[in-house]
Amino acid sequence: MPQHNRRRRSWRVARAYTSGMGARGRTNMAMRFGWVFPVAGLLAGGIAHADPPSVPDTLQQRIAACTSCHGVHGEGSSGSGFFPRLAGKPAGYLVLQMQNFQRGLRKYAPMEYTVRPLTLNYMQEIAAYFSAQQVPYARKPLPALAPSALQRGEQLVTAGDPARKIPPCQACHGKQLTGAEPFVPGLVGLPYDYISSQLGSWRTGTRASAAPDCMDEIANRLAPADITAVSAWLASREVPADTHAQAAGSITPPLRCGVLLQVQGSGL
Amino acid sequence: MKRLRGLWLVLAVLAIVLVAGVWLSQRHTHASTSPEDPAIAATLKDPLVIAQGRYLAAAGDCVSCHTARGGVPYAGGRMLPTPFGHIPAPNITPDGQTGIGAWTFNDFWRAMHEGVGRNGELLYPAFSYTSFTKVTRDDAIALFAYLRSLPAVRQPNAPLELRFPYNLRSTLAVWRAMYFKAGVYRADPSQSASWNRGAYLVQGLGHCNECHAARDAWGGLNGGATLSGGLIPEQDWYAPDLSPQANGGLQGWSRQDIIDVLQTGQAAKGAAIGPMADVVAHSTQHLHDDDLQAIADYLLSLPARTPAAMRASFDDKSLADRGHGIYEERCADCHGKDGAGVAGVYPPLDGNASVVEPTGVNATRIVLLGGFPPVTANHFRPYSMPPYAQQLSDADVAAVVTYIRQAWSNHAAAVQERDVAVYRHTPID
Repeated sequence: MPQHNRRRRSWRVARAYTSGMGARGRTNMAMRFGWVFPVAGLLAGGIAHADPPSVPDTLQQRIAACTSCHGVHGEGSSGSGFFPRLAGKPAGYLVLQMQNFQRGLRKYAPMEYTVRPLTLNYMQEIAAYFSAQQVPYARKPLPALAPSALQRGEQLVTAGDPARKIPPCQACHGKQLTGAEPFVPGLVGLPYDYISSQLGSWRTGTRASAAPDCMDEIANRLAPADITAVSAWLASREVPADTHAQAAGSITPPLRCGVLLQVQGSGL
Repeated sequence: MKRLRGLWLVLAVLAIVLVAGVWLSQRHTHASTSPEDPAIAATLKDPLVIAQGRYLAAAGDCVSCHTARGGVPYAGGRMLPTPFGHIPAPNITPDGQTGIGAWTFNDFWRAMHEGVGRNGELLYPAFSYTSFTKVTRDDAIALFAYLRSLPAVRQPNAPLELRFPYNLRSTLAVWRAMYFKAGVYRADPSQSASWNRGAYLVQGLGHCNECHAARDAWGGLNGGATLSGGLIPEQDWYAPDLSPQANGGLQGWSRQDIIDVLQTGQAAKGAAIGPMADVVAHSTQHLHDDDLQAIADYLLSLPARTPAAMRASFDDKSLADRGHGIYEERCADCHGKDGAGVAGVYPPLDGNASVVEPTGVNATRIVLLGGFPPVTANHFRPYSMPPYAQQLSDADVAAVVTYIRQAWSNHAAAVQERDVAVYRHTPID
């Protein structure tokens, strides 16, 4: 199949998530096209290999399967931003996402395949590596939106929409939107494509978290235009100087969230 | 005329199926209600027997099929894909209503040994009773004791998703007549105790031949030599021939290579990939040294194979030449220009069973998917391979795979672009 065809077709699948048009019936199709990678040909070369015969005994060398898409330092894919940044995210969050791919709660065939054999110990080591990386944030493309849409995005992030029972993003993801230890990811510096496709994924059932899944509820209360607005506003923000996640226990979630109940249960 | 004869054959088979179905439905109509034999009941509570059963359950890799993704071990729910539809693996925890809590050992024995369910229904051979029939009664008691010792999980079994006529259990009577013969493993007195132990594990609980042999159109293992390799239906992975003799899939493998790959997931000759990576992780890495020795003893005795005829064409040459360039650019840093790999880190491609297997599916999918080999006690932080699905077109993958299948000492058939296009879309279980 010619390269350009592949790219166009997969892009359409990614759009199905972002536009919120993908009804559940679309999931199978999207999974099937999981093989047609959403961003083709953006990653030519760039994989660090050792010269034979000596292979560096480093984690970085061992996890070429991860870094070929997420970057050697977890900086995410260059250009468009389907492959998310991992650098600096809470290690607990990263482990949980790998486990969710293993359990089939998150669906993306290449990730499901890659993390399938990993033990908890190995995942924790990999997560600690990416969590400790400090690399500059890169600007990713934004859609052209009306000022009113960006205002709506800001409103959702900072104040929510009480009429539709949508809490503000800041309530859980932190005042500076840098996340909270150990399980809440930051929302700063994420590409528009990634944020909107994740919110879409919750609606189409290809991303989920431990029940009760508060993000599932929120994503389903958002109108499709809200997803665009909130994703664009978040992606347009300047990254704060300090991107560290807030301390554990510093947030009081407005909804019951299985992930955060786990925190209490595990005594973290 | 020929078509008419085919029609008669189909009608005859249907008639047999119907008659057999009616007969079978009269035979066992309700579940056994007799209580457990007191002697067996006592044995089932013996901690040593339970521990032995736990080991045997690992040897049989029961957990892989009888556990849904993210589910409780042994509580069932995984849908097994077959060319005839999907078959859910049942709950085998001791829950009284949804598991095997109400079963007696005789019910369990009948399932393992005869492939007949508790209510007398014929079981689908996705449950590999064609192999498990070789398991001894004592081992079956230990397995049952272990399963009965698990926490009971209430999880109803999903319905069968088989197409007509395969959804009629009576059709299994015909299948069984063609492909199934009940019987516990019988030792070969001309062989050593270790060889016999290996044969027992490989042919019985290990049910290796269920994947490592070719299936015919009816899903039966008929005709092909034991462990001579086969494409796993619906999964698009090739389980290689396991003979270490001339022209065998494991040609040149030593006893230690066989033990290494089963115990650690990697050997000097290659690594476990695809479904075998799961088998190593859940099953063979937990086997005792003497059992691994025994398996190696048995596999080393498999006969030499006849060389496969290979057609090469001029087109293959130009494809391989193009692949050579891609190989130098993308692959040689880790696997070496000579395809020798790096011991314990990156597997060799020269002589690698998964590179030269007949179909090319394994090498193609590994190039597309990359990934990690099994994570085991010995290799708990294994090195991994980048996925190339996003970087290489179908034509590029076909070229590089053709190159590695024909470079060095390898002489396998070319892989076509259209095959890569198919394998790119094989769903992940």
